[in-house]
Amino acid sequence: MLLSILEQGLIYGILALGLLITYRILDFPDLTVDSSFPLGAAVSAVLTLAGMPPVLTLLCAILSGALAGLITGLIHVKCHVRDLLSGIITMTGLYSVNLNIAGKANVPLFSGDTLFKNAFTKSLPDFLRPYSTLLIILLIALCAKLALDWFLSTKAGFLLRAVGDNPAVVTTLAQDQGRVKILGLMIANALVALAGAVMAQQQRFFEISMGTGAMVIGLASVIIGTNLFHRFSFLRSTTMALIGSILYKACVALALQIGLDASFMKLVTAVLFLIILVSSQFTRKKVHIRV
Amino acid sequence: MFELRHIDKVYNPGTVHETCLFRDFSLRIQTHSFVSVVGSNGSGKTSLLNILCGSIPVDGGTILMDGRDITQMREFRRYARIGRVYQNPAMGTCGSMTILENLSMADNKGKRYGLTAGTNRRRMEDYRAMLAPLGLGLEDKLGVQVAALSGGQRQTLALLMATMTPLDFLILDEHTAALDPKTAEIVMLLTDRIVREKKLTTLMVTHNLRHAVAYGDRIIMMHEGHVVLDKAGEEKKQLQVEDLLGLFNSISIECGN
Repeated sequence: MLLSILEQGLIYGILALGLLITYRILDFPDLTVDSSFPLGAAVSAVLTLAGMPPVLTLLCAILSGALAGLITGLIHVKCHVRDLLSGIITMTGLYSVNLNIAGKANVPLFSGDTLFKNAFTKSLPDFLRPYSTLLIILLIALCAKLALDWFLSTKAGFLLRAVGDNPAVVTTLAQDQGRVKILGLMIANALVALAGAVMAQQQRFFEISMGTGAMVIGLASVIIGTNLFHRFSFLRSTTMALIGSILYKACVALALQIGLDASFMKLVTAVLFLIILVSSQFTRKKVHIRV
Repeated sequence: MFELRHIDKVYNPGTVHETCLFRDFSLRIQTHSFVSVVGSNGSGKTSLLNILCGSIPVDGGTILMDGRDITQMREFRRYARIGRVYQNPAMGTCGSMTILENLSMADNKGKRYGLTAGTNRRRMEDYRAMLAPLGLGLEDKLGVQVAALSGGQRQTLALLMATMTPLDFLILDEHTAALDPKTAEIVMLLTDRIVREKKLTTLMVTHNLRHAVAYGDRIIMMHEGHVVLDKAGEEKKQLQVEDLLGLFNSISIECGN
């Protein structure tokens, strides 16, 4: 069970990295997430079935997610639609897109190679094989985290952090704050779609409703991580989000372990999120992003 | 040179709250002049700055920057040549970022914000040298989050950030109003020094009549969208705080305040 918590936690950790951008940095409640997660999964699943190497399908999933973020960003910035509604519009529309990409509501990947089951993983020594899935997920999550850390330390990353903190500063620096916001949404949803793709590869199927509640899970992870560990000044926010996600998955697993039926999964997710949200209001000061 | 020609500005048009602030308002700010703008609340001072910077649209007329029509130019593009400091010290800085990060970001204005490192170690000594003479101790706090600074420290930083890179115009929107008298003095002296050194064309809105009299080479008093007093050069030097206060009071009495 520990293995599955770590695997799931790290996959959703990639999603949490995306939400760190929208929620913590941009202060944008982005519901696109609930659809860009299955979008990444659908793209990865369909391309894998078509014979593309699974690693390459991840890249395609990243691009598809960035595109979803671009659409939400354009709706918000160019059409002046409120942030929450922009996300909801894209989320609703993407449902049909996902369904059409996948062709049907459920795409199994049981036959053929996946990211976690291929010639390479089969060649691993026996003692490593049970952990191969976890190790590959860990590698991807770490790459995503390090890439985001690096981006946030660049000039473009500085602007992204500034636009969420104080858009007026970005404007007086003669930069278009709308473009910076769109860029942030693209990166965030690219990460979310990557998480979806890895999820599809790990569970070996795509399912149209797999994104329901994705935003809540990601947000809960970010809030747990950043509120619990903000005293540890050596930890970056990205690390906190990854750890937060693992802790969150552990909480859900625990709730199911003490006898709750799996059909209560989403209810557990929601109630847990509420508890985390309310208890986080007791932290005295605003938690800043730390890079 | 800034020029406003026949500006019309109506707030809440078509509603019962419709208020016409500017009708056929014209003003010319000469290159390298330092203009103080005073006036009561609602007289149009801040609206004037917002119109120049493009923060609010106008309903008629033209805005010229060095002879070029910028009426339709978007706000962020205008700031390529304009620096601006707001009344609220929090408006000009990013609280969640460190002093070094804020300065580095401002230092890059006019260049591309690409994928190169956000901070430049080699510039750190320059930043320290820039902060040390202020006597606020900021030079030892480069790694501190700006949110942890006092209002005065933050506003000084905002002023430095707004004027770090080459620019032509400086817009000051009551930038000492939220500070204690001593810090306000420090910020005002620094402002004056920067304006002289960089030969900036400056527009400063202030409620501090003493500052308006002591600094700059031209003074404008506004009332209900009109310029009611405009003194420059020798005439301005003769002007005393009492004269301004007298005019201020007579206007207020006219309005029945």
